[in-house]
Amino acid sequence: MANYSTNEFKQGLKVLLEGDPCSIVENEFVKPGKGQAFNRVKLKNLMTGRVWERTFKSGESLEGADVMDTDMEYLYNDGEFWHFMATDGSFEQHAADAKAVGDTVKWLKEQESYVVTLFNGAPIAITPPNHIDLLVAQTDPGLKGDTAQGGSKPATMASGAVVQVPLFIEEGETLKIDTRTGKYISRA
Amino acid sequence: MDLSERIALQARTKAQIRAFFDARNVIEVTVPSVMPAPVTDPYIEVPRAIGPDGAHLGYLQSSPEYAMKRLLAQGSGDIFTLTPAWRIDEVGPRHRTEFTLLEYYRVGFTGAQLRDEVSQLMQALLNCPGATQISYRDAFIRELGWCPFEATDAVVFETLRQQLNYAGEISRTGALQWLCASCVEPQLGHQAPCFLTHYPAEQAALARHLEHQGQACADRFELFYRGVELGNGYWELTDPDEQRARFEADLAQRALEGSPQVPIDEALLASLAELPECSGIALGLDRIWMLAAEADELSQVSLF
Repeated sequence: MANYSTNEFKQGLKVLLEGDPCSIVENEFVKPGKGQAFNRVKLKNLMTGRVWERTFKSGESLEGADVMDTDMEYLYNDGEFWHFMATDGSFEQHAADAKAVGDTVKWLKEQESYVVTLFNGAPIAITPPNHIDLLVAQTDPGLKGDTAQGGSKPATMASGAVVQVPLFIEEGETLKIDTRTGKYISRA
Repeated sequence: MDLSERIALQARTKAQIRAFFDARNVIEVTVPSVMPAPVTDPYIEVPRAIGPDGAHLGYLQSSPEYAMKRLLAQGSGDIFTLTPAWRIDEVGPRHRTEFTLLEYYRVGFTGAQLRDEVSQLMQALLNCPGATQISYRDAFIRELGWCPFEATDAVVFETLRQQLNYAGEISRTGALQWLCASCVEPQLGHQAPCFLTHYPAEQAALARHLEHQGQACADRFELFYRGVELGNGYWELTDPDEQRARFEADLAQRALEGSPQVPIDEALLASLAELPECSGIALGLDRIWMLAAEADELSQVSLF
């Protein structure tokens, strides 16, 4: 991969830092009145999701990271790995481990499309669509006029996520959920 | 701001500057943009002018300082200029390769006298209160809790690691400059413009040395308003031998860092013996426009 100098650091650029692939979040150029310029850089470690703040002398460079976001359909779980297949017509398949799947496991639904982040060809992160339609697997019947809990109740979706839903929702219904906030949007 | 407002703001500010100096008998001069020698500062690079046959024609200037000092040495008296200036590798929301400087010199003024006058100029341009000032030493003690002259290297480098997460190679002076830029300067000038004064002697550049609070300092000062650096001024060094020594130290540092070697401005050095006692300051006009418009980035007030 190419090397990138601090003046090429742009939001979203993928670089290697301490062996881990990182995405540049912010890059602030600072020039003291006299003296050497430096860059204060925020990088998101794509392996851990943690944001690092580092300072570099202006002109220093980092190696680019071979990171690609690819649209893939979720196929199945074999007990150890979660299998995905590219939707670009190549039918290329990838197996993601629990670390790569992370919290997204509760939003996984067969035949749904996810963004699979590949580092050196292996999945390191799975991002669900912002909105997803899921079946209600279990919820207690709503009691009419019971507004003591703000008019909502917990419901377990077929994918495993637990979502607060309005009292009138029943088991077997399909709901539209926002995966970023984990909130109910509407009936699908 | 739309284009016509930007044009009006820039024109109004220039008219105010010319009226301010006209009232004080400071004369406007125009100096060349391309000169045979650039600044020696190891951390400032400028573009070169190249002819169609590839011949080197000179260096675009990062400041009109050398040219103006040669005029002062020949008896020009008090002078100011509004001029484009260039620096390579400095691009960001508040940095551009080409920018505009207001630079001026007052014969017989000390640094303190010049700061008083710059405060009046800022009040005229930015409709702000009169400037305050704080020494480099006191500003570090206030923001970081230690004295930049007396703190041990261990304290300086540990603070750099904590504040900037930097543990790479850097000199003590470099560490102080980085901490100043990231922890001290952003806190300066939020009510009124503020001069940061009495820099450590090794950060003098073209300022004369003096003792302050028992420490070897430079009579160099920077001006900040709302955390933005607006200018850099000196009670000017008039000793050609001392100036040559500082230029040569710059070139040695350039060699150490693998930066390009540049010629020393011999015409400037030859004139320094005749340079009258004076103080001068360079102010970033683009940033003054930015602050006058209550903007955060140069792109909000620039014409291009």
